[in-house]
Amino acid sequence: MRPFTYERAASTAAAVAAVAARPGARFIAGGTNLLDLMKVQIETPAHLVDIRHLPLRGIEDTPDGGLRIGALATNTEVASHPRVKRDYGVLARAIVAGATGQLRNKATTAGNLLQRNRCPYFYETTLPCNKRQPGSGCAALGGVTRSLAVVGTSPHCIAQNPGDMAVALRILDATVETVRPDGSPRTIAIGDVHLLPGDNPEIEHPLAPGELITAVTLPRPPGGTHHYHKVRDRASYAFAIVSVAAVLQKDGTGRVAFGSVAPRPWRVEAAEALLPHGPAAVVTTAFQGATPTAENAFKIPLAARTLALVLAEARA
Amino acid sequence: MKFDTPAGQNSIDRMRIVGRPFRRVDGVRKVTGTAPYAYERHDAVTDPAYGWIVGATIARGRVTRIDAAAVRAAPGVLAVLTTLEHDAAPPGFRTTLHLFGGAEVRHYHQAVALVVAKTFEEARAAAHLVRIDYDAEPVRCDLAAEAHKAVPVADRDSPDYPEVDRIGDFAAALAAAPVTLDETYTTPDQTHGMMEPHATTAAWHDGQLTIWTSAQVVSWHRNSLAQALGIAREDVRLEAPFIGGGFGSKLIMRSDALLAALGARAVGRPCKVALQRPLIANNGTRRAGTIQRIRLGATHDGRLTAIGHHSVNGNLPGAYTEAAIAPTRLIYGAPNRELSMTLAALDLAEGNDMRAPGEAPGLMALEIAMDEMAEKLGIDPVALRIRNDTQVDPRKPQRRFSERHLIECLTVGAERFGWARRHPVPGSMRDDHWLLGMGMAAGFRQNLLMPSGARVRLEQDGRLSVETDMTDIGTGSYTILAQTAAEMMGLPVDAVTVRLGDSAYPEAAGSGGQFGANNAMSGLYAACTTLRASVAARLGFNAEDVEFAGGMVKAGSRSVPLRDAVEAGPLTAEDRITYGDLDKDFVQATFAAQFAEVAVNRFTGEMRIRRMLAVIDAGRVLNPLTARSQVIGAMTMGVGAALMEALAVDKRHGFFINHDLGGYEVPVHADIPHLDVVFLDHPDPVSSPMKAKGIGEIGLCGAAAAVANAVYNATGIRVRDYPITLDKLLDRLPRAA
Repeated sequence: MRPFTYERAASTAAAVAAVAARPGARFIAGGTNLLDLMKVQIETPAHLVDIRHLPLRGIEDTPDGGLRIGALATNTEVASHPRVKRDYGVLARAIVAGATGQLRNKATTAGNLLQRNRCPYFYETTLPCNKRQPGSGCAALGGVTRSLAVVGTSPHCIAQNPGDMAVALRILDATVETVRPDGSPRTIAIGDVHLLPGDNPEIEHPLAPGELITAVTLPRPPGGTHHYHKVRDRASYAFAIVSVAAVLQKDGTGRVAFGSVAPRPWRVEAAEALLPHGPAAVVTTAFQGATPTAENAFKIPLAARTLALVLAEARA
Repeated sequence: MKFDTPAGQNSIDRMRIVGRPFRRVDGVRKVTGTAPYAYERHDAVTDPAYGWIVGATIARGRVTRIDAAAVRAAPGVLAVLTTLEHDAAPPGFRTTLHLFGGAEVRHYHQAVALVVAKTFEEARAAAHLVRIDYDAEPVRCDLAAEAHKAVPVADRDSPDYPEVDRIGDFAAALAAAPVTLDETYTTPDQTHGMMEPHATTAAWHDGQLTIWTSAQVVSWHRNSLAQALGIAREDVRLEAPFIGGGFGSKLIMRSDALLAALGARAVGRPCKVALQRPLIANNGTRRAGTIQRIRLGATHDGRLTAIGHHSVNGNLPGAYTEAAIAPTRLIYGAPNRELSMTLAALDLAEGNDMRAPGEAPGLMALEIAMDEMAEKLGIDPVALRIRNDTQVDPRKPQRRFSERHLIECLTVGAERFGWARRHPVPGSMRDDHWLLGMGMAAGFRQNLLMPSGARVRLEQDGRLSVETDMTDIGTGSYTILAQTAAEMMGLPVDAVTVRLGDSAYPEAAGSGGQFGANNAMSGLYAACTTLRASVAARLGFNAEDVEFAGGMVKAGSRSVPLRDAVEAGPLTAEDRITYGDLDKDFVQATFAAQFAEVAVNRFTGEMRIRRMLAVIDAGRVLNPLTARSQVIGAMTMGVGAALMEALAVDKRHGFFINHDLGGYEVPVHADIPHLDVVFLDHPDPVSSPMKAKGIGEIGLCGAAAAVANAVYNATGIRVRDYPITLDKLLDRLPRAA
């Protein structure tokens, strides 16, 4: 960890201004990801702006029947919120499938959304990584890749987005509200929050320096049955190998997204339209163009089988 | 006290305190944070400096240059020790590796520098500034690829066996056998994953060193450290009163101890060094992976006529071999046998002891092979093992087992587990989306005898203190020592104070190889026997027929308070147990029958343990509560070995990439249901005056194979390549959808 300065922001506007004003400054809320990365000098902020106490923690109904989740609402608060449990079950299930009770008590909605990847080579700071050092190369290619992404990757990065919550938000068509350094708000569709690596794996999201997520808003509940199935090598405290989030309607239609298979929650609307044709059809379309390694090719049949399980459970 | 004839009736047989389920006497200190570990000895050392270890980032080659100028200029830095400025330290006990010094790099994350600073954070930050140049050589780190270069090797811990251990005519018997099996099994590299990392606080005073460290065997560490520093062992005081787990990783000294001592000397003040968690897998030791070929020949009625077990292993040149064939020497009878091991050179962290070395990985293979053989024969797996029990050492039939009740383990276990409900045809049992399977395996682990000493002191207030350099690595040593002393002296447990892990105390067996409890208690038994004689003499009794009970000393109609013996002053006694050659006439070992029920999701291949049972035959159980904890912990480790634990080798760079507890997965609570343990009651008078045997490792032996066999029974998919992760099942599971 490199020495850094620290301030508690007095307001959202002040927080945004403070980070925008100083190159290398970062927001800190729960810190469950940032602090770990600072210890190994993958993150080396010169200045931290603490936003934990800002009034961005509420969870409120929206006029159109949706739900607005403050950026600082903790994972625990969101997962245990009565409306989330009742109307957005996939979100509650995804959140409690992640991390541990202690981490969920600290981790915030916005922080979780932008958690960084879990590629083992991202953490191996003496080896090349295009996310850490743009242009240095990707040590994961040709290395140990079992956990890494199979689709949406590029020759420069095969890191997977390891999140659970984000996969649920993706099928709930959430929108992310931000405030920019000039004070203007904007909304970003959840599908645009996580960028594919392409030629620039180091650019992971479209937020400008100093731009702060203030809320995540869910539209009206989608109805149907809600499912989140997370497959992993042990029953808890592990990132997914593959996860499936689904909202399924009685007529056989629905929405589905896959976690831990791609650099972002992997939802392909054209594939989802094939749900009435069964899991194989969905997965074949959703994983078109996949470039798995020998070690992680199993993720594609596993995704199909996990979706089949979810569909079987929905029928039961 | 020399133990050279089987124990007769003695005071321990009363079992008024020994054998009872006492809770840990150190339990309150553990859960209130008042049992400090080596890195937390704020009571002993104020204002220490902090060391941060820099690990090599090549696996093999030489360090050509270390530029630490920026480190030395960084805030708070007190000193930088580089490997180029030190001579290579001689390897310690049970290891071939030098821990620091010299230019040669033999494995990734080998310690090449220590940054010492005023704070931990300053040391860590400054360490990032070091620049090291290497001359790297090609690495050998793929066991399968190097296997053809492996050479025959003897067993370090059983040097009496020839490199190829032949009995009868194995080849002819196998060729003639009507039913045969020839399969190859692999086990991966594993890391110990103990909660407390290797950690040391070191302080010098007038050329004498005191270290507070995490050591399973105090004397081994102390001697190794003195040797590495080039000082006399008498000039090293080592304290290790509390240890947060070891599983074999702390049997031998690691670089934290040496570097803390060097760092403290360099900066002229106490220094603390922990092996950073991400360093442990590659800097510490591992359980070395194996490739095991097992060949069995049997008659149609299930009698084994031939057993062949060949294990290929990889390790640093000169290092030892994981003796996976060890259990096969003694677990089953068969007149024709061929057991052998070979060793290939690998440039990975040194393979060395990990809980039940040899037996654990050996049984992972052999006990799948037995399951496969049972199926080929159409014989129940429990019955096949019963049919092949042996009561003698197959190599020396005149050498009997002292106590061997494997058959009782198997029959009691089968009954209690409801084994009869198992369907022998795989894939026959279902629960909704889950395929259910039951599996079992036999377990075997040797009982090792080590000299062990203790000192006891009866104070004038009637309290008894016990001092020995025995360790408690979380196992319950404090508690059973207090029970043993209380039993011997006729005192309540809370009248006994136990002090452990200090090199100033008499040398004990230490903790490892499941030899700690039986030997350390026997050493204490010896010391208490001596103390009883002193008490009897002071009170005017004939030592032979005196009974110590209820705080009284009695013989015939005369009864005197024990405290009367110390009216004139405290009494101290010190003794140790040593062993004759009873093990030449008797095989001493522990036995287990392991049962598991596993559910496999027919869609995803996810595996969940539903229940497990271990029936254990390990001599007298000294405390059923702490013994049970040992066994369920070991069974949990068996679940890890079966389903998830594996160090992943980056074959280009020669290191384990999943070198933290996030990447190297061990079971969590959610993976482990209620585990059932039954202890058979067969005290072993050949083992020691305690009539106890090892209990810390037998619970692991066979556990992983029981799980593996249950997965097979659930699915019909035989995985011979541990761990059994779901990707190895997927393409053979029933069709989904």
